[in-house]
Amino acid sequence: MTTIVTDNCNGCRFTDCVTVCPVACFHADETMLYIDNNVCIQCSACIPLCPVHAIYADDDIPEDQAHWIEINAERSQALPVVTEKQDALPGAEARKAALGY
Amino acid sequence: MDAFLGTERNPLQVAVVGSGPSGFYAAEALLKSGQAVRVDMIERLPAPYGLVRYGVAPDHPKLKEAILAYQVIAQLPHFSLLANVNVGRDIEVDELRAHYHAIVFACGAEADRRLGVPGEDLAGSHTATEFVAWYNGHPDYRERSFDLSAEVAVVIGQGNVAADVCRILAKSVDELRATDIAQHALDALAASRVREIHLIGRRGPAQAKFTNKELKELGELACCDTQVDPRDLALNAESLAELQSKANYISAKNVEILRDLAARALGGRPRRLLFRFLESPLELVGAGRLEELVLVRNRLEGSPFQQSAHSTGETARLRCGLLFRSIGYAGVPIPGCPFDARQGIFPTRDGRLVDATDAVIPGLYAAGWIKRGPSGIIGTNRADSVATVKSLLADVPSLPSGAKAGSAGLAPLLAQRAVRAVSLDDWRVIDAHEVARGEPLGKPREKFTRVAEMLGCLDGGAVSQR
Ligand SMILES: Cc1cc2nc3c(=O)[nH]c(=O)nc-3n(C[C@H](O)[C@H](O)[C@H](O)COP(=O)(O)OP(=O)(O)OC[C@H]3O[C@@H](n4cnc5c(N)ncnc54)[C@H](O)[C@@H]3O)c2cc1C
Ligand code: SF4
Ligand code: SF4
Repeated sequence: MTTIVTDNCNGCRFTDCVTVCPVACFHADETMLYIDNNVCIQCSACIPLCPVHAIYADDDIPEDQAHWIEINAERSQALPVVTEKQDALPGAEARKAALGY
Repeated sequence: MDAFLGTERNPLQVAVVGSGPSGFYAAEALLKSGQAVRVDMIERLPAPYGLVRYGVAPDHPKLKEAILAYQVIAQLPHFSLLANVNVGRDIEVDELRAHYHAIVFACGAEADRRLGVPGEDLAGSHTATEFVAWYNGHPDYRERSFDLSAEVAVVIGQGNVAADVCRILAKSVDELRATDIAQHALDALAASRVREIHLIGRRGPAQAKFTNKELKELGELACCDTQVDPRDLALNAESLAELQSKANYISAKNVEILRDLAARALGGRPRRLLFRFLESPLELVGAGRLEELVLVRNRLEGSPFQQSAHSTGETARLRCGLLFRSIGYAGVPIPGCPFDARQGIFPTRDGRLVDATDAVIPGLYAAGWIKRGPSGIIGTNRADSVATVKSLLADVPSLPSGAKAGSAGLAPLLAQRAVRAVSLDDWRVIDAHEVARGEPLGKPREKFTRVAEMLGCLDGGAVSQR
């Protein structure tokens, strides 16, 4: 079982997702978040919280986003955990609108 | 004069009542606040973790791993556990207030809501809560028994708890054997004659409250066919409009899953799960025990997202011998705390308890299900507890700053009342026993299902009864 953050998060980083993660498995770099699936309990709490539907689980992962599985696995190991809501990146609202949400 | 509250010389003493998710997240937020804080978590059972241990289904072991995060929180400096202590019975709220600067109630919603229809209390009619707590080995429900000799079972309600109940009824014991399900439940389920399970919701497929994952799982059972009537999927215009909303993709996905199920042929499996929509129970009928359920057909009225179920007057009868209702939970009042009986919660404003005049009661807070009501999943409680603790910390300058004794103040009271508080180290002993008991059975643990058994692991077995 796998839950991953995909493209839509890039450049927006609203971090609503991290506030409901029961096990602190989100990791962040300057532009987006990644999930550590060694820790994630696959509870799906984060999925409906993301305003731009960037998070997918298992067979809902769109085919054109499947490469994010590996990226999440790699990047989450290298980056610090985030557990608290951060300020959205500048331009996040514009990007959200551009994505149609 | 006392030193400033929240400094090493006068640490903030906080009692957290309840050891479920919201209690642990409140403890974490307090202990990581940067102030000098002592947290005593008080739990009425000898075992911590609330509904993660006693609610989350045994066949969802991954979700139970939330406990790993709670074990890390419990290791934080200045965290203590006082389990097997019931607030309101073993210790009064006023006594807590005497020994703590602040109290966070995180005691969950342990009572059931009623259907309010005739025959509800017939033998064979149960709440989902009882069944869930029983198969999860909750000591309060150890002596319950469920007669699983009926062939037709009904589950009322269409959310994740109802889905859990369906799965446990629908799975073979071989599928459950390697989980931490209580042995008494496994034995009873082995003799189950249930072949047909009717899962009944008062509104339509577009309004069902399942998460996608739980719903999908119901269509992938090894020993149970899942049947959806295509006619139920002819949605009204308002429901179709609801599904058009991009933010409502979970419901849209649910309907898609149900459409797939409706299109599928039955697979000849020994059990069958039938989804039924737009029906409400009117009456449970039987001579001494449940024999028949009278249902009324509903139609939806209202604008999109405001639709409610209204009776059409058209009734149907269903022969059944077992019924579980899963229509919500309510909190249990604790003497000394305000209680909103209608909503079944402690009334709060920004996490602070308020009295009947809506005035804040200084030093008393709530988080989790007792604050919000029984909605949201494990992680929802983290954001909620963090918000409550934010209010609490903001109040620190205005709380009476006199030093408080914390658990040292409670110890003599507990001793006097012959209450054996279970510490974190004690719990680790009980926990290790459970894991060891499970090992020969191939289970992650075999829970103790009686308080006396748990306490029997401690003090060289000296404490057995209370
Ligand atoms: C059947 C069921 C299945 C669920 N499955 C899932 C799932 O699969 N995934 C998911 O994410 N969420 C699930 N949930 C939801 C999740 O369990 C809740 O969101 C969460 O447990 C609520 O946390 P809480 O801390 O507010 O309450 P609880 O977990 O209920 O904790 C309250 C604690 O307080 C203690 N307590 C009560 N009264 C007193 C008192 N007077 N003195 C001392 N202690 C007291 C109780 O013993 C208990 O340990 C499920 C819920 C249920 C009911
Ligand atoms: S809420 Fe969505 S967009 Fe925001 S940080 Fe989380 S995954 Fe990224
Ligand atoms: S699925 Fe649950 S555990 Fe995994 S990242 Fe999302 S919130 Fe965290």
